[in-house]
Amino acid sequence: MVGLNEWLILSGILFLIGAVGVLTRSNGLILFMSLELMLNAVNLSFVAFSRFTGRMDGQVFVFLVTAVAASEAAIGLAIFVNLFRLQKSVDVDQLNSMGD
Amino acid sequence: MTKRGALERVLFYLFGGLAVLSSLSMVTRRNPLGSALSLVVAFLSLAALYAVLKAHLLFAIQLWVYAGAVMVLVLFVIMLLNLRESESRPQPLGFGRFAIATVAVAGVGWKALSVFAEQTGDAVTVDDSFGTVAGVGEVLFTRWVLQFEVVSILLLAVIVAVVVLVKRRA
Amino acid sequence: MESGLLWLIPAAPLAAFVVNGSVSLATSRPGRHAPHGLVHAVACLGPGIAFLVSVWTFWQLHGMPEGSRVLTQHVYEWISSGSLQIDVAFRIDPLSGLMLLFVTGVGTLIHIYSTSYMHEERGFARYFTYLNLFMFAMLILVLADSLPLLFVGWEGVGLCSYLLIGYWYDDPEKASAGKKAFVFNRIGDFGVLLAMFLIFWTLSRAGAPSLRFEDIRAHLDAFSPGVATAVCLLLFLGATGKSAQIPLFVWLPDAMAGPTPVSALIHAATMVTAGVYLVARLGFLYALAPMALSIVALVGATTAVVAASIGVAQNDFKKVLAYSTVSQLGYMFVGVGVGAYGAGIFHVFTHAFFKACLFLGSGSVIHALHGEQDIRNMGGLRKVMPVTFWTFLIATLALAGIPPLAGFFSKDAILWEALSRPNVVWPWLPKLLWAMLLLGAFLTAFYMWRLVALAFFGTFRGTKEKLHHAHESPWPMAMPLVVLAACSVIVGFFGVPGFLGGSNAIDHWLEPAFVAEGHTAVAAVAEHAAHSAAAEWGATGVAMLMGLLGIGLGHLLYVRRPELATQLAARFSGLRRVLAAKYYVDEAYDAVVVRPVRMLSDRVLWRIFDVRIIDGIVNLLGGLTKAFSYVFRFFQSGYVQTYVFVVVLGVLVLLWRVK
Repeated sequence: MVGLNEWLILSGILFLIGAVGVLTRSNGLILFMSLELMLNAVNLSFVAFSRFTGRMDGQVFVFLVTAVAASEAAIGLAIFVNLFRLQKSVDVDQLNSMGD
Repeated sequence: MTKRGALERVLFYLFGGLAVLSSLSMVTRRNPLGSALSLVVAFLSLAALYAVLKAHLLFAIQLWVYAGAVMVLVLFVIMLLNLRESESRPQPLGFGRFAIATVAVAGVGWKALSVFAEQTGDAVTVDDSFGTVAGVGEVLFTRWVLQFEVVSILLLAVIVAVVVLVKRRA
Repeated sequence: MESGLLWLIPAAPLAAFVVNGSVSLATSRPGRHAPHGLVHAVACLGPGIAFLVSVWTFWQLHGMPEGSRVLTQHVYEWISSGSLQIDVAFRIDPLSGLMLLFVTGVGTLIHIYSTSYMHEERGFARYFTYLNLFMFAMLILVLADSLPLLFVGWEGVGLCSYLLIGYWYDDPEKASAGKKAFVFNRIGDFGVLLAMFLIFWTLSRAGAPSLRFEDIRAHLDAFSPGVATAVCLLLFLGATGKSAQIPLFVWLPDAMAGPTPVSALIHAATMVTAGVYLVARLGFLYALAPMALSIVALVGATTAVVAASIGVAQNDFKKVLAYSTVSQLGYMFVGVGVGAYGAGIFHVFTHAFFKACLFLGSGSVIHALHGEQDIRNMGGLRKVMPVTFWTFLIATLALAGIPPLAGFFSKDAILWEALSRPNVVWPWLPKLLWAMLLLGAFLTAFYMWRLVALAFFGTFRGTKEKLHHAHESPWPMAMPLVVLAACSVIVGFFGVPGFLGGSNAIDHWLEPAFVAEGHTAVAAVAEHAAHSAAAEWGATGVAMLMGLLGIGLGHLLYVRRPELATQLAARFSGLRRVLAAKYYVDEAYDAVVVRPVRMLSDRVLWRIFDVRIIDGIVNLLGGLTKAFSYVFRFFQSGYVQTYVFVVVLGVLVLLWRVK
């Protein structure tokens, strides 16, 4: 039997990998995908908790998170398209006009 | 039921490892296309893991929404913008950036995972309606109906927003 | 004895000041004119009322028994801080009572004179305002029962002197003359302040912390000779500033830039005598420091001779009188310096009358000649201005010490005291002083007669037009001249010495003010041994001879044989140049003090200290802020990923704090 802690560790590892990706990559789309990975890692932990407590609320939450993540994907991609129109690339390292 | 449990174990390590490996691949690809495809694999393995956890509806939704819609959209955009190679060299710290990020994240990870590791416990026995459409729906439309409605409005807003965002200036 | 009226004396001029000040401010805009009648009336009423009250208090004082002639009034508590208690309280004793009389009397006359003299000035209301304020300050000075309050008056008269000298402030030369007066006064004031601190410290240690004259007098034992000498010398420093002695006398001739009545009141009769008053007031303290007294006398005598010698070579009417004042002040200091406080004050008293008369007379002449002040352009004025001429003549003779005019008695008293009192510090001093004073008397008579001759005798050397317009002054100017000249004749008789058959009333009157219980009046300065009347006659005769010689020489050189004067001037042209240039004292001060201070200010204090150090520190602060912000700016990279990274770090920190 796989214990809760193992599920959580897996979820944590995936989350951290996503975090590294968010911090490191400068390609906007890859950044975005890393973000999605983080969300999914959290989803996994929700489902694990749901299984181990017998309550369905965790899964419902995953349902809602998925919906929100999908809408976020839509909007994010639209933004990237616009960004591409502006600077001919999706390199987020070039987006520093709000800095000093 | 050790046979059951052993099967569960095997599936967990199989798909878990696949998920981790494909995630790592996704984060380190140079070509965004490769990244996207790696992520698809990761999503698929997650879906399998949901199935192992008896979350049948979510297994399906993960496949349709994430692997099927979100990633398709992403691939679409990649193709549309014709993104080939990613950044020539990651700015401005190069490899150093990667190292720093890994160290920071590892620090967080060390702590967090050590907490996770203490959460021992066995799965409770559940009946057959666990994780099914009916089971999830029942909870969704009773206890979580407000959130459901809000999300649907959110989706409406998103539709409008996307249309506005992508309009070319006249 | 308590009196409820003393406050009136300073209050009347103060009230006049307030009224005239308001009028002056209200009419200071162009196009508005101050009402002459009101301003004049108020201005003259102030000192006039003060004079009447002064006379009344003097009369009261006179009626009191000899040992207890004191009137006091406590007005209010001013400073009460720990052991330091300073009150606004007035004290009239024989000394201040006498001072009050001539300060208010001459003051009132000069106010009346000014109403005519300043008639055409557009700022005349301002003039009277300052003049009234001056009277107030001077009266505070005289009435004060403690050193700090005296110092308030002291500073006040210095301020008014500055304001009045620089009355015509748009002329930079006149304005800077005012500044010069104030600066030199200030240097002296420093001495007075230090002396006050020293006195307070000494008395505190003796258990009687106070700065009232009475308390100083009662605790003379607390002063060691060294401390007493230090205090006295410091006070004398203040006196040299206020009373224009060496080394701080240079402001007084420049002060002639102010209106002539100002010169008469402030720089002849009242303010400049404040220094002598101060020394006399603390005479009992000076008695403990014979060295200080000797220095006072020596400085006074030196100043007397030096100033008289400068006066010989001056061509400006008022400058001659200015140096004469400096010289006569020197005489007064010799008087108090040998311990003859009575004689010194007597000369203050008589000098006020005839010097004021001389100055007002000069004002009369200047007014008649529409501003001409160079005596080389005058002459023959006695026919045109008889009143001015006769009063001027009387005052000149008084100044020269011709009997039976007032100056004779007061000057002679000083000369005699200087000669006859042995000195414990420098045994040769009395003879030296006497010789110097005799020389001074000769020079005084000479330059005064030169002035009279060049201005009033002979023929007019100016333009025909000026002569045509010259006329006698109107009565507000002429009347004071007559009164002052009359006083110059009469007041001498208050001090007729014993050997001439008189009772020396003034000396007896003043004596109680200088004694201290347990100490003889001038303890360490030995009383003059009994000299024979013959010696006194002889000394007096010599002094008178000096005066006559001076007049004689002056008459010879400037009336009878003027060509001799030119010849002599050519022969001794070098000497003449030095005298005319006032021994180059101003130039010396400029080179030794002013230039170095300026250079220090510019090169060191400004260029280095201000620009480099202070600005450097301020700029450093700015620079530091800039550097800090430069560091912090890195956090504002504009990259979202950087911000996320910081969030991760934050989470890390939080996690590590949680167990």
